[in-house]
Amino acid sequence: MRLQAFGLRVSAVPRGTLVLLSIALSSCDGTHHRPQVVASNLPAARSSTLYPITIAPSPPAPRVFVETANGPAPVPCGTCHRTREPDRDLRSSEGLEEFHQGLVYAHGERTCVSCHEPGGYDRLRLADGASIEFSDVIQLCSQCHGTQARDYQAGVHGGWTGHWDLRSGPRVRNHCVHCHDPHSPAFPKMLPTFRPIDRFLYESGREGQE
Amino acid sequence: MRETTGGPTTPTATSGGITRRTVLKGAGATLGAAAFAAAASPLLSTREDHSFEEFIQTHYQELTDEQLARVLERLEEEALEDYGAKVTIRDHRPLAGVKFGYAISLSRCNGNAKCVEACHKENNHDRATKQSYIRVLELPKGTTNMDEGRVTYDHAVPAPDKYYMPVQCLQCDNPPCVDVCPVEATWKERDGIVVVDYNWCIGCRYCEAACPYHARRFNWKKPEIPADEINPFQSYLSNRIRPQGVVEKCHFCLHRTREGKAPACMEACPTGARVFGNLLDPDSEIRFILENKRVFVLKEELGTKPSLYYFFDA
Repeated sequence: MRLQAFGLRVSAVPRGTLVLLSIALSSCDGTHHRPQVVASNLPAARSSTLYPITIAPSPPAPRVFVETANGPAPVPCGTCHRTREPDRDLRSSEGLEEFHQGLVYAHGERTCVSCHEPGGYDRLRLADGASIEFSDVIQLCSQCHGTQARDYQAGVHGGWTGHWDLRSGPRVRNHCVHCHDPHSPAFPKMLPTFRPIDRFLYESGREGQE
Repeated sequence: MRETTGGPTTPTATSGGITRRTVLKGAGATLGAAAFAAAASPLLSTREDHSFEEFIQTHYQELTDEQLARVLERLEEEALEDYGAKVTIRDHRPLAGVKFGYAISLSRCNGNAKCVEACHKENNHDRATKQSYIRVLELPKGTTNMDEGRVTYDHAVPAPDKYYMPVQCLQCDNPPCVDVCPVEATWKERDGIVVVDYNWCIGCRYCEAACPYHARRFNWKKPEIPADEINPFQSYLSNRIRPQGVVEKCHFCLHRTREGKAPACMEACPTGARVFGNLLDPDSEIRFILENKRVFVLKEELGTKPSLYYFFDA
């Protein structure tokens, strides 16, 4: 059930060992269970092949909204950047006068072109200079965040929905950028919305007090 | 033969031919009848058409297939009658070659309690009491003693110098709650899940007292849930609506997990702190956690051998 995160190719290894184990277990199982099960109560059959693990598509490549006569229009990055010389030392949005004002940047001491491709702003750039698509950003993140990348490859970093048992159904995993804003990747603070009721505090009128 | 109540003891004190004794006897009989009626009222108000079937229903593990089918049908009818909800109650059996394990990263959990809410909705808990099988404890950094935790925090999370520990049934391999049940209404299934037969439970709450993790809940009242909020996908041993006066607990969403799906709390977690899977599969994610992270279990010294592990990581 390992996953090839790099390059977004997803493959699942058949689990022969599991099949053997289940045969061994079912044959030596002494616990009580009924020989027949009511047909309407049978869970969905487990398939002999594995359903796929897919990664939910990342958001499309970013667009900047430019005021036009017909209102704001989305414009690819390259539209403006093609005609401009990149500032290779820029490390924040401070001092920018035309675009990207107010962009919060809290991701270490990187420059814009550490990740953005200066030769074509509609793509990203790896540390070795290789140019990649925005949708392949997992490769970019994994260059520095090795522990997380290892865990992601093992399937234990980042949430997912679907099936733990790939013989019963597929699984859809999150992409780095579903949980982390690349410009400010720390997971944001949250306000818990569903609060339990403490029976004793509640009944004595001190609900919510510590 | 004399009245021994206070006041002047005049045995022949009469008033229009009625002795004091007669008055007291009459009053006593009236009170007695009223008390009996009050005590018997739960019996009188039970469902007329189902009470007998419910009364003679045997233990889940002793039901024949035909009996079980009838029980499930009856429970579905009751849900329609009592809650106006069309539900499907199935009987999910353990999968061969599967033993469930759960691991929670306390580094990633931020206490947002989405799991608590997901459990509340998935498992048809009483709405007014906001019941759930999960408690998220806010703990000061520097201790793993769950008794120092607070559940009623109400501020942006994570708070400075705090960390968060979700606690639910740990599905112990040596469960003290099962040992103490006087009627064997709770037991451990072969995939590791500790279940309750809600129709066999007598509500003595011994199991609730025996659990060192406060993981069991008691239904003080009949759950109240609007019909359109009831989760219709139910199972006998898991999220069917429980009767009043019985104990319930987390069952790893067996109506989902025995179909191969993720538990509701795991799918709801926005931080990806939860890892669920098959402990018997060496390639599973949960095995990766056990082999590569420094995991611990709650109150290990008690020897309960939980199937839910905690860990800290990057």
